[in-house]
Amino acid sequence: MAYNLKESTKKPDRLTGGHRMCAGCGAPVVVRTILRAVKEEDHAVVGAATGCLEVSTCLYPFTAWKDSFIHSAFENAGATVSGAEAAYTAMKKTGKVEGDTKFIAFGGDGGTYDIGLQSLSGAMERGHDMVYVCYDNEAYMNTGIQRSSSTPKYADTTTSPAGTVIPGKPQFKKDLTEVMVAHHLPYVAQSAPMTNFKDLYDKAEKAIYTKGPAFLNVLAPCPRGWRYDTPMLMDIIKLAVDSCVWPLYEVVEGEYKLTYRPKIKVPVADYLKPQGRFRHLFKSDVGAEMLKDLQKEVDRRWENLLKLCGE
Amino acid sequence: MAIRDKLSGNEAVAVAMRQIDPDVVAAFPITPSTEVPQYFSQFVADGKVHTEFVPVESEHSAMSACIGSESAGGRTMTATSANGLALMWEMLYIAASSRLPIVLSVVNRALSGPINIHNDHSDSMGARDSGWIQLYCEDNQEAYDNVIQAIRIGEHPDVNLPVMVCFDGFITSHSVENIELLEDDKVKNFVGSYHPKEYLLKRETPIAVGPLDLQPHYFEHKRSQAEGMTNSKKVILDVAKEFQKMAGREYGFFEEYRMDDAEVGIIVLNSTAGTAKTVVDDLRDKGVKAGLIKIRVFRPFPFEELGKAVSGLKALAVMDKSDGFAAMGGPVFNDVRSAMFDYAKDVPCINYIYGLGGRDVRADDIAKVYADLGKIAETGKVKSTFNYLGVRE
Amino acid sequence: MSDKKRRFVFTPESTWEEMPEGGLILDAGNADDFLTGDWRNIKPIWHEDKCKQCMLCYPVCPDSSIEVEDGKMTGIDYDHCKGCGVCAHACKFGAIDMVDEAE
Repeated sequence: MAYNLKESTKKPDRLTGGHRMCAGCGAPVVVRTILRAVKEEDHAVVGAATGCLEVSTCLYPFTAWKDSFIHSAFENAGATVSGAEAAYTAMKKTGKVEGDTKFIAFGGDGGTYDIGLQSLSGAMERGHDMVYVCYDNEAYMNTGIQRSSSTPKYADTTTSPAGTVIPGKPQFKKDLTEVMVAHHLPYVAQSAPMTNFKDLYDKAEKAIYTKGPAFLNVLAPCPRGWRYDTPMLMDIIKLAVDSCVWPLYEVVEGEYKLTYRPKIKVPVADYLKPQGRFRHLFKSDVGAEMLKDLQKEVDRRWENLLKLCGE
Repeated sequence: MAIRDKLSGNEAVAVAMRQIDPDVVAAFPITPSTEVPQYFSQFVADGKVHTEFVPVESEHSAMSACIGSESAGGRTMTATSANGLALMWEMLYIAASSRLPIVLSVVNRALSGPINIHNDHSDSMGARDSGWIQLYCEDNQEAYDNVIQAIRIGEHPDVNLPVMVCFDGFITSHSVENIELLEDDKVKNFVGSYHPKEYLLKRETPIAVGPLDLQPHYFEHKRSQAEGMTNSKKVILDVAKEFQKMAGREYGFFEEYRMDDAEVGIIVLNSTAGTAKTVVDDLRDKGVKAGLIKIRVFRPFPFEELGKAVSGLKALAVMDKSDGFAAMGGPVFNDVRSAMFDYAKDVPCINYIYGLGGRDVRADDIAKVYADLGKIAETGKVKSTFNYLGVRE
Repeated sequence: MSDKKRRFVFTPESTWEEMPEGGLILDAGNADDFLTGDWRNIKPIWHEDKCKQCMLCYPVCPDSSIEVEDGKMTGIDYDHCKGCGVCAHACKFGAIDMVDEAE
């Protein structure tokens, strides 16, 4: 069924209000759209790694999840949900459960790119019928904005501070989406909640309803950690995508497809300027050189992606 | 009609698992427990079970997947040893606090370092505070019987706790001995089906498992968890009674071997008990009033029962196949001594740490222990409370 | 405030025996009972006359606080709205304004 934002609002929200995410947080925006792609008559079991999303949505005695939810630890959302999925398969055989249940694991970039990478890789490789969604806010936000391998180069975080000798994180951002493409999964996609949310919704629907393992990497800006003016959430996302820092694409059975091409490719500096974590790049000539460095890498990765997508 | 067979401990446990036919087995190989998932995956490949076998990529993921599976409502089992158990350490605590009756076979092997693949009890002893019920097994028969009983013990609504069944690596896991197996339908009827009250896949009432639990709530949840462990004492005995009716073999918290009028005794776990029993028999032939107690249930610790059981002795030695490095003897010794303070204050009790890293323990080593106990019984004096048996010094 | 029947309601007097075992939460979605509306310093005001019912504010709200019924916006859930301002900023038609909470 073709995406229609208005029609999609008729589905009941599977994530309630009353959770403790920061005002303006990108993560629940991502989660609401992912869950909206689940058919109304289908049951879902949601798992989450320890992190902002988990501690804020499931804080005793409250849960914001209308579906069954499980959290066990930080580095194992992939394994935990794969176990639930295995139980489902077994219990269907004995008639103990009926109907369709969808298995969705959520992890931040901390619990996915870093400590949770092994567990994610194992779960995906084993072919469980589940979706793993990384809500990428580019640092270990829940514990106070420490760097992750997803943190962009030169970003100021509490363990990669912009100091007088070292100007923020020395390494470029790891490309986890490409790591997951190399697992040869039925469906891998990179997305963001943008404009009318069609990109994210369609990809969520494909991921959930494609049989086998699927991986979604979704940008989820953090107003606290990125230090931009909170109401600008949607603008920041649009800049991330239009500057080609966070391209929107999908890989279906190994075939690359670009799902959004900016009409005008925006300079990376325009995306970074509103964010306090990059403020030091705009203060000096050294900073200007760093901006050039970043632009070069963005352009290189973008050109590579265009080639892969046959553009 | 029981089935007579010759099986190694690992194969016996795998057979028990086949007969139980759990929903999920998520396991990662580690010597000497590897054969358990190996034998089991052959059963899966031949369609002899309905189980979903999840070949996870690490032991941490094994216990994580078991937690996911059991929370979802699936009966779940696995096996590991030593550093595999250590790698899943944080998840053991989470399985217990989430009240999930997972059954884990721990094939006892020394914890690194240095790395050693042979038998001692440092792995399961290291997990004694994790909230798991711990059953120890002398041989392949006990391993088989305990795995079957573990399902009923853990899943009892008054308990809802995970259970680890511990038996000695290589000595029990790989030695082929005679065994009496039960018929498939007998085991099936004994364990029944798993009917958790709440589970993730129960559509009518979705739940949340594993919330963030702050200061106002954590303590109450842990108190509730402690109650489950306390309740398990009665359940363990009730299940053993039912098992005896079906299988004819008797189980309790511990086995008392020739303890009735014993004056000198030892407390020992797992396969060494077998060796020690022959020493006791020899001593009895010579007129020495020797006995031994083999602990089966280490967690929950049979505080009152064990304390009372040793109160008639003139000298007791506790054998520990692991060192707690507390500078005050091994873990079993310390738990026993604590119980004796209430029930057997006057009995001199000493400790021997032995067999670390698979160091062989022989009948004459154990005979030496009884000789030491004999001197203590005679003189009433203890020369040395903390001892090592079998180390070159 | 939700009037849903809850299987267990925690109070500061709840004893360990009363609380569901294992830390389980038996009432899925009961966070609805927790009112985050008092986090606000500023609040959104919806001008129904300017609203084009485009629904662009609906998915951007982190707190599910844009109320819709049958494909039409009906208001704002002030019990849960944290006043982040993302909806007002996302609205192309000036139908949502952020004003001081005191007003």
